[in-house]
Amino acid sequence: MIFEGLSEKLQNTLSKLKSKGKLTEKDVKEAMREVKLALLEADVNFKVVKDFIKRVSDRAVGDEVMESLTPGQHVIKIVNEELTALMGSSQSKLTFSSKPPTIYMMVGLQGSGKTTTCGKLAKHLKKQQKSPLLVACDIYRPAAIQQLKTVGGQVDVPVFSMGDGTSPVHISKAAVEHANRQGLDTVIIDTAGRLHIDELLMEELQQIKAAVKPQEILLVVDSMTGQDAVNVAEQFHEQIGIDGVILTKLDGDTRGGAALSVRAVTQKPIKFAGIGEKIDEFEPFHPDRMASRILGMGDMLSLIEKA
Amino acid sequence: SKTTKEFTDKIDTLISGYGKIDEAFYDELEEILITADLGFDITMELIESLREKVKEVKTDDPHQVKVLLKELIINILSTGNRELQVEPPPAVVLVVGVNGVGKTTTIGKLAHYFKQQHKEVMLAAGDTFRAGAIDQLEVWGQRNQVPVIRHQEGSDPAAVIFDAIHSAKARNCEILICDTAGRLHNKKNLMNELGKIFRVVDREYPEARKEVLLVLDATTGQNALQQAKVFGEVAQLTGIVLTKLDGTAKGGIVLAITKSMGTPVKMIGVGEQLEDLQPFDPSSFAEALLGDTNETRIADDIKI
Ligand SMILES: Nc1nc2c(ncn2[C@@H]2O[C@H](COP(=O)(O)OP(=O)(O)OP(=O)(O)O)[C@@H](O)[C@H]2O)c(=O)[nH]1
Ligand SMILES: Nc1nc2c(ncn2[C@@H]2O[C@H](COP(=O)(O)OP(=O)(O)OP(=O)(O)O)[C@@H](O)[C@H]2O)c(=O)[nH]1
Ligand SMILES: [Mg+2]
Ligand SMILES: [Mg+2]
Repeated sequence: MIFEGLSEKLQNTLSKLKSKGKLTEKDVKEAMREVKLALLEADVNFKVVKDFIKRVSDRAVGDEVMESLTPGQHVIKIVNEELTALMGSSQSKLTFSSKPPTIYMMVGLQGSGKTTTCGKLAKHLKKQQKSPLLVACDIYRPAAIQQLKTVGGQVDVPVFSMGDGTSPVHISKAAVEHANRQGLDTVIIDTAGRLHIDELLMEELQQIKAAVKPQEILLVVDSMTGQDAVNVAEQFHEQIGIDGVILTKLDGDTRGGAALSVRAVTQKPIKFAGIGEKIDEFEPFHPDRMASRILGMGDMLSLIEKA
Repeated sequence: SKTTKEFTDKIDTLISGYGKIDEAFYDELEEILITADLGFDITMELIESLREKVKEVKTDDPHQVKVLLKELIINILSTGNRELQVEPPPAVVLVVGVNGVGKTTTIGKLAHYFKQQHKEVMLAAGDTFRAGAIDQLEVWGQRNQVPVIRHQEGSDPAAVIFDAIHSAKARNCEILICDTAGRLHNKKNLMNELGKIFRVVDREYPEARKEVLLVLDATTGQNALQQAKVFGEVAQLTGIVLTKLDGTAKGGIVLAITKSMGTPVKMIGVGEQLEDLQPFDPSSFAEALLGDTNETRIADDIKI
């Protein structure tokens, strides 16, 4: 497999650095080329990679390293530090409104995993003694409402829907009133998948946001997304304003570089990871683990720890 | 809009900025190809071949260089037979791919496409796993006014396909299109389940022509290559459908796939409606990849 070969090469280059007593600019350059390759192969956006390499290189050829007794190890440490800084180092939690119901809204491209994630989040919140309401605001995709109802049934959470003949703005408002009446403290709004360049549908999200003022707008991103992830994240963030990200389909074998891209352009934390199709295949997101997954080398971390 | 504009005529801006071709020019070409998801290896190969070509024809006109690059890309994408093989009837079309790429929607569009050619079509709801998947296909069946063979949620997908085949035979249906559940290629058990479906088709419908279409989402990055490889090991893939080209993603990974596997891209998806499916055209795709026109989105370029 290409990935494995690549990370092996990267590891070799980095361990060669590690064993060197004195580094030349050429050594650093060669190592950075491998890091760049690994990141691109992992689908990290080109621009994000370029900035990253520049930051690492600047530090690596600076005094900090040259004065170090073990310059090779120092470079590796810098790579890791910068990667962690980009990815965020600590796990970021969901926030709750002081005035219930707390409203969460799922947004994202078509097929990214929003509806499934609504169910997963509902289950997660139920475990924390919350009483969620799922809201069917996808009036476009065939059988989207039925899908949410089935998902709701699986986690035993009520689903609010008004069919596909009412506007999502109206549905979301009515759902919040319904939650208030029923004493439900959490509202999770499922919205239709849409392209970030679809002006009409992006406006619809703005209107839902204005109507119900969600506590958090969560961008659901497929972890297999390629270079375009930055455009998607940037546009959703610019036009709607997102509070966090949920990364799905991490049970696949993608390196998941989209995580870095999304993080770099929005500066918003990735809060959860989807790790399967089943309702309980969902967990809090660990940025540090993601960083080493992207570079494809748990071993590199142990190299650094020894450094 | 402003956003779309940014992705536009990247290459034209590049070209107009260069009097002649130098290293920086190649660097920027490299960037354009990588951000279109071609992947590093193919990008490097293309640039290498381009350098050779440039030497060969002794040009230093950036416009001509672009034409050369486009030719190289078209060359790769023109492999194989891009026609859907459904003649003479009967034919069975199996649609496979990872989760959420657009399989079911593509089936709805394909039914429309074939119906326009006055063919008798039937659908089989082979995704018995995902919530609402059967109802979703049912809606597409209604939109096209074609029958949908379905079992209950949770039932054995191979049994659905078995029934559908016999039903297609009984009704003298010309094309049977089978939906399957989305599955990640690294899940062994799910890939085996797919193998079982293929065996049923081979055994029960040996006389039918077979199209096995892998649906890929243009938004997907390098992982699509892995998807194609592993699905290709389980199934005799006959073609690729590249969806969601109405977005800003370019879907450049198909170059690596057709180059290494020879599987042709046959159709593209450019929206969520019935008519948003088109035959793949390497030339317009290459043009859009390089962002030639003032339209940025591949879909706009390709729309006939
Ligand atoms: N393997 C895996 N599949 C997932 C995960 N999350 C969602 N899926 C699958 O991805 C596909 C799409 O999920 P949906 O929840 O329908 O996605 P969506 O964003 O609501 O789609 P639209 O409403 O059409 O935009 C389904 O097959 C899900 O089962 C995950 O974490 N892992
Ligand atoms: N913009 C756009 N959206 C598309 C296209 N094709 C499919 N979609 C959307 O992508 C989402 C997923 O499509 P599905 O057809 O359900 O995908 P699938 O592969 O059957 O999904 P699973 O069965 O869950 O694996 C839906 O919201 C579709 O409307 C396309 O060409 N362009
Ligand atoms: Mg949905
Ligand atoms: Mg489907």
